[in-house]
Amino acid sequence: MSISRDAFNFVRELVHAESAIVLEPGKEYLVESRLLQLARQAGHDGVDGYVAHLSERRPSAGLRQVVEALTTNETSWFRDVDPFNTLKNTVFPALAANRTDRRLRVWAAACSSGQEPYSIAMTANDTPALAGWKVEILATDLSEEMLTKARAGEYSQLEVNRGMPASSLVRHFTRSGLNWRLNPAITQQVTFRQLNLVRPFPPMGRFDVVFLRNVLIYFDLPTKRDILRRVRQVMAPDGHLFLGAAEMTMGVDDAWERVPAGRSSVYRIREEQRACVPW
Amino acid sequence: MRALVVDDSRAMRRIVGRILTDAGFEVQEAGHGQEALDLLTEHDTPPDLACIDWNMPVMDGLEFVTEVRSRPEWRSITLMMVTTESEQSRIVRALAAGAHEYLIKPFTADALQEKLDLLGLVPLTAGDLA
Ligand SMILES: C[S@@+](CC[C@H](N)C(=O)[O-])C[C@H]1O[C@@H](n2cnc3c(N)ncnc32)[C@H](O)[C@@H]1O
Repeated sequence: MSISRDAFNFVRELVHAESAIVLEPGKEYLVESRLLQLARQAGHDGVDGYVAHLSERRPSAGLRQVVEALTTNETSWFRDVDPFNTLKNTVFPALAANRTDRRLRVWAAACSSGQEPYSIAMTANDTPALAGWKVEILATDLSEEMLTKARAGEYSQLEVNRGMPASSLVRHFTRSGLNWRLNPAITQQVTFRQLNLVRPFPPMGRFDVVFLRNVLIYFDLPTKRDILRRVRQVMAPDGHLFLGAAEMTMGVDDAWERVPAGRSSVYRIREEQRACVPW
Repeated sequence: MRALVVDDSRAMRRIVGRILTDAGFEVQEAGHGQEALDLLTEHDTPPDLACIDWNMPVMDGLEFVTEVRSRPEWRSITLMMVTTESEQSRIVRALAAGAHEYLIKPFTADALQEKLDLLGLVPLTAGDLA
């Protein structure tokens, strides 16, 4: 059995409208496999019947679940390692030298289940130049389900195996049954909030560092361009942007310049563009 | 780069060995700590990495780590415990004895690869090709 064309098109348009994620033709199998469980939970035998029900009744919880089921939440601790070394060795010390109020603000803009913002918090704790500083991390995601998991700050053995250095595990976590719970010193640095990158950002102040990693890849070009432009508006003039390993600003929003750092790169607003940003 | 897999389970040695081979390592195996020490002694150049189980007959993983750390000529070997022992105090003990990393079984190939990334043991990365 496979998903009907109407059902696929409905899901595709819904997901694009709600999250900007593009499901190319050919992803029918993905849609069907991801939605089958939701369909069964809702009492339908197959995906077509469930989707027909959604398109007629448009229940908001059901629609949201469909969108969340089709986003990829894959993440890990200190993902790709290098960006976090750059943060610790280059970006944080440079910002610390530029600020007098001993305060930094970081935004993790597609935080999934929390590994990324918590890795940033651990990195800040391990940065000597930031000893005694207040580093506030705002972590946002489209998915309420991911945010609930992230707020809990508790991870399975399989999850902590994914990229967590053993020394950080013993320092920042406490064993809780079969799981590992993050210590309050780390969790209290992070605030979680639901935010859809496609919609206008709510008021949230300015950030010294923005992590926007492994999410732009799912969007079409106009959406990427619009998000990068709006990120500039919430960025301190000397702020730093981190993208995923397969993402770049070049040809998307050229007001950003790429600064090589370690094996990866960070992005800053070009000097001549900074004046345009009201500080 | 070369790696030594020390585990009394042949199946486990095969799994770990396979992932390391895919990551670009040349792999040798030993069934316990003493056999691993013998292998190290036979070779002039030590391996870059050793993945070590904790519980093994003859010589366990912690003794092996302690022994390797006491020998200056083996200082360049990166030591990673790969074990089902998952208590926090065990991890602390292994790190104190000189292990660099600790991976708890069961694990996925991604998890082992990410540990290699953490340790900077990446024969060739996308960054080098860019
Ligand atoms: C692959 S994960 C990346 C997580 C993390 N940034 C990392 O690099 O490991 C992508 C995340 O983007 C979120 N996402 C997808 N579309 C979004 C949107 N329109 N607004 C906000 N978050 C979105 C998903 O819910 C998912 O958690």
